[in-house]
Amino acid sequence: MEEIFNLFQGFAVALQPFNIMVMLLGIVLGVIIGVLPGLGGANGVAILLPLTFSMPPTSAIIMLSCIYWGALFGGAITSVLFNIPGEPWSVATTFDGYPMAQQGKAGEALTAAFTSSFVGAFFAVVMITLVAPLVATLALKFGPAEKFAVYFLAFCSFVGLSKEPPFKTIAAMMIGFALAAVGLDSVTGSLRLTFGFTELLNGFDFLIAVIGLFGIGEILLTMEEGLAFRGGKAKISMNVVIQTWKELPRYWMTSLRSCIIGCWMGITPAGATPASFMSYGIAKRMSRNGKNFGKGEIEGVVAPETAAHAAGTAALLPMLSLGVPGSPTAAVLLGGLLIWGLQPGPMLFIEQKDFVWGLIASMYLGNLAGLIVVLTCVPIFAAILRIPFSIIAPLILVLCAIGAYSVHNSTFDVALMLVFGVLGYLLKKTGYPLAPLVLAIVLGDKAEEAFRQSLLGSQGSLGIFFSNGLVSTIMILGLIALFWSVIQEGWTRLRTRAATA
Amino acid sequence: MTTHNSGNAGPSHKAVETGVTVLITLFGALVIFGSVKAGTGWGSEGPRAGFFPFYIGLCIVGASLINLWNNWREAEGLFAEWQQLRQVLSVLIPTTIYAAAIPFIGLYVASIIFIATFMRWLGKYNWAMVAGVSIGVPVLAYLLFERWFLVPLPKGPIENLIGL
Repeated sequence: MEEIFNLFQGFAVALQPFNIMVMLLGIVLGVIIGVLPGLGGANGVAILLPLTFSMPPTSAIIMLSCIYWGALFGGAITSVLFNIPGEPWSVATTFDGYPMAQQGKAGEALTAAFTSSFVGAFFAVVMITLVAPLVATLALKFGPAEKFAVYFLAFCSFVGLSKEPPFKTIAAMMIGFALAAVGLDSVTGSLRLTFGFTELLNGFDFLIAVIGLFGIGEILLTMEEGLAFRGGKAKISMNVVIQTWKELPRYWMTSLRSCIIGCWMGITPAGATPASFMSYGIAKRMSRNGKNFGKGEIEGVVAPETAAHAAGTAALLPMLSLGVPGSPTAAVLLGGLLIWGLQPGPMLFIEQKDFVWGLIASMYLGNLAGLIVVLTCVPIFAAILRIPFSIIAPLILVLCAIGAYSVHNSTFDVALMLVFGVLGYLLKKTGYPLAPLVLAIVLGDKAEEAFRQSLLGSQGSLGIFFSNGLVSTIMILGLIALFWSVIQEGWTRLRTRAATA
Repeated sequence: MTTHNSGNAGPSHKAVETGVTVLITLFGALVIFGSVKAGTGWGSEGPRAGFFPFYIGLCIVGASLINLWNNWREAEGLFAEWQQLRQVLSVLIPTTIYAAAIPFIGLYVASIIFIATFMRWLGKYNWAMVAGVSIGVPVLAYLLFERWFLVPLPKGPIENLIGL
């Protein structure tokens, strides 16, 4: 009951005129970010983060999270119209979205994509509203060992669930941890790994890493492929929207399944991209029209979009209630919270009620606003895509430079961003995942602190991580996640052996 | 070994990935070295500063050795064609000069030159278009960041001369 009361207070905060304005601005900026190649959710939010420094924290987080929703919506536009996934999580949307557009059903595909996005996000927000306070209450009982166990679980899920080779994921993640360790050690106050460079005293800021790895790296990748836009035109008339809406309830089973997959994959930091693929794959297997998937089946648009949005939204649950972001973009939002002096985690629900519930309320409103904005403005956003890359590329590079500079007002950071850009290009080309690297930079210090405090309590014995039911459960879940692919393989082998015997 | 035979040459994937993996291994070794210098043992306040990064460094080196092994067994094909790499460099080199110039001539002037060069050289636009975009965007950035959102950006002698 108390939650509902809090939520209504949150709506009162989110519905202030200034916050509504900020919300719409965020959505529009977000869609533009989602549509442009080279700008994605994570680095888009990172670049625009400095814009919010002068705002009150609640308005700032509303704007940033709306940029995030906008980017999620925007990814669908390019996938359907141009067969270019603006974001990795909309790759699966191209499978059926683009064939639909080629058959002249772009309007239907876009309506289906946007509506399913909205449904997925809405489901996840309801889940957050109900579950987040419970998780936060539980998390209040956490000691350092439990905290470390949660980080452990988060990072193990990356290794076990991502598509990349596990040892590449581990290498990328450990590079992130190492970068986070550079500079002043928060526990003992001594310097480490700076090798005498004063610029490294404060370590590496992950925002610079995000802008470099995702922003600059992506531009370099795009440049290599040489972009040729074969742009289709798109118009959505109200008629098409209503027609499609009448058709959509038929796929409620697919929707519901995708919502659940999305929420699950979003909470464990596997993220929106695998969620969308998994949901597409399962829908293909379960659907009666399964063999038509890939030829322009509307259900093939519904499934990945619902899951991607549900995952993108659900990623904010662990960020708010535990301080562990579920995706790189959630990590950037978390970085924002820290800059404004808010410590994400269970205490936030007690000390900053207005803020938390204002944010949750803005998720409901932001997604609704997003749906309306994208449905009405598709032609404008599609026109942006037709601006040639030789104009867009320098503009994005300038934006990245501005964003990197304004994090600490340091020109050294601009150079650092470029180094990360080249690194991002090379790592991505050689199959190293970038998301765990970024999350490790963000969480490295905290994970280390929790680890050392636990060991301090136990005089150096690792037994502390299995000392009570709660911490053991989380650790064992982590180990299962870590060895998930091995377990799966073993299981299938066992079954085939049983079948042949 | 190479399945790519369209006639366009370029560095092989195996070579580049080996290079990247060796770099990562060296980075891991550097982390171990730095951690040992900071002290990896147990001090008066518990684990010392190098304790955690030491094991991280070990993990980096260990994982990289396995990656190196996997790459040697499995990698095939091209990393990219020379033509593609030339295109990547045609973005990377101007951007490096741009980033290096910002501390000296300020972000606005550097951006104008950067955008103009890029559009004229790679996009082959006429001068009117080049001037419009390359001057318009920094002005817009000035209004958006410095005026409306109060975020100061780096300025050089020319910006100071105009009195921004």
